[in-house]
Amino acid sequence: MLQSMLRTATPQAESLAGLWWLMFWVCLAVFAVVMALMAAGLIGGRRPAGTERAIAIGTGLTAAVLAGLLVTSSLVGARVSAPGDGDPLRIEVFGRLWWWEVRYPGTGAVLANEIRLPAGRPAEIALVSDNVIHSFWVPGLAGKLDMVPGHSNLLRVTPAELGVYRGQCAEFCGTQHALMAFVVVVQPPAEFARWLAVQAEPAAEPADAQAARGQALFLASGCGACHTVRGIPADGRVGPDLTHVGSRLTIGAGILPQNVGTLGGWVANSQAIKPGNAMPAFDHFSGEQLRAIAAWLAGLE
Amino acid sequence: MAMMAATLMLAACDGAPPESRVAGGDPEVGRAIVAEIGCAACHRVPGVAGPAGMVGPPLDGFGRRAMIAGIAANRPETLVRWLLDPPAMAPDTAMPDLGLSEGQARHVAAFLYTLR
Repeated sequence: MLQSMLRTATPQAESLAGLWWLMFWVCLAVFAVVMALMAAGLIGGRRPAGTERAIAIGTGLTAAVLAGLLVTSSLVGARVSAPGDGDPLRIEVFGRLWWWEVRYPGTGAVLANEIRLPAGRPAEIALVSDNVIHSFWVPGLAGKLDMVPGHSNLLRVTPAELGVYRGQCAEFCGTQHALMAFVVVVQPPAEFARWLAVQAEPAAEPADAQAARGQALFLASGCGACHTVRGIPADGRVGPDLTHVGSRLTIGAGILPQNVGTLGGWVANSQAIKPGNAMPAFDHFSGEQLRAIAAWLAGLE
Repeated sequence: MAMMAATLMLAACDGAPPESRVAGGDPEVGRAIVAEIGCAACHRVPGVAGPAGMVGPPLDGFGRRAMIAGIAANRPETLVRWLLDPPAMAPDTAMPDLGLSEGQARHVAAFLYTLR
């Protein structure tokens, strides 16, 4: 999955990429001029006459180039933070240690480490943290924006291109900062509406006897003290909402694909996968029990 | 089925690279599948990026190991059968049926035999 600020999917990211290229070419030109002057000095020897004029020209040029870049970047900054046309989709993202909680206010949909957006509609993403400072960065969609405790920052994007974009935390936030990633999926509006309707619903009934056994084990083991699964008596707020975990692309904050195998591995020993995360290793299940829990979780689509 | 077996045997005779011990299995394709399904959640897998899971055994030296899951001799066809449905061979195993196709299982098995 490519993660590059030069592979742009929004007008906002395109503006930033344009600024990046402008700065690249200006800096390259400055570098070439400085190298040429240095070469001339080394080859031509010392010329005492005209020193003051050279200093004046050098200072003036430097000030002009920097002022030009400052004005340009201010204009680009104003453009990328301006509201888009039309009714924006509001989303809340909470930075946790070390994962992302995603809420679609007014719908009841809560998920983790995955954001879906309809193509063409402006989105306003409120960025919140209740612990340390994180930084929300999806290079293909927008610049990075800090998540500061006690303050909500607003990120505006209007996704134009369908696709899956990787994001990550861009502000050191603790031992597993490097494994705090997520994905953004830009979908056609109708597909997005269907997805959101499903996410807002309570969890599906267990599909078979194995899944029912997995659900019973989940409840009996006290998993609901930390995890919410809407529709059954599990309403913990410490870890991710698992109501539709089987519909997600990844687990563990974007570090492993989501499937029955990785879910089981995470339950049995998440401390080997992501040391220091808040979930203890649940290593007391039999193999058959572990498979039942994983099968139930994977079926929560 | 017979035709497929014949094709696989032919491939083993002249088509397959020397390091592949599994008919129809390409170790490099297998490596990509291992990364894509996230075997690293449970196993330490040399040569594949990702976490070092400690649920099942590390897969270092799998090509030299005598047994599969401690219950069956480590032979290519047995390994493919194991990868397709582990609980069918060992009902108490924690390793689930990962939904691999027969072709995918052959690639993964070929990759595992390169771990020596």
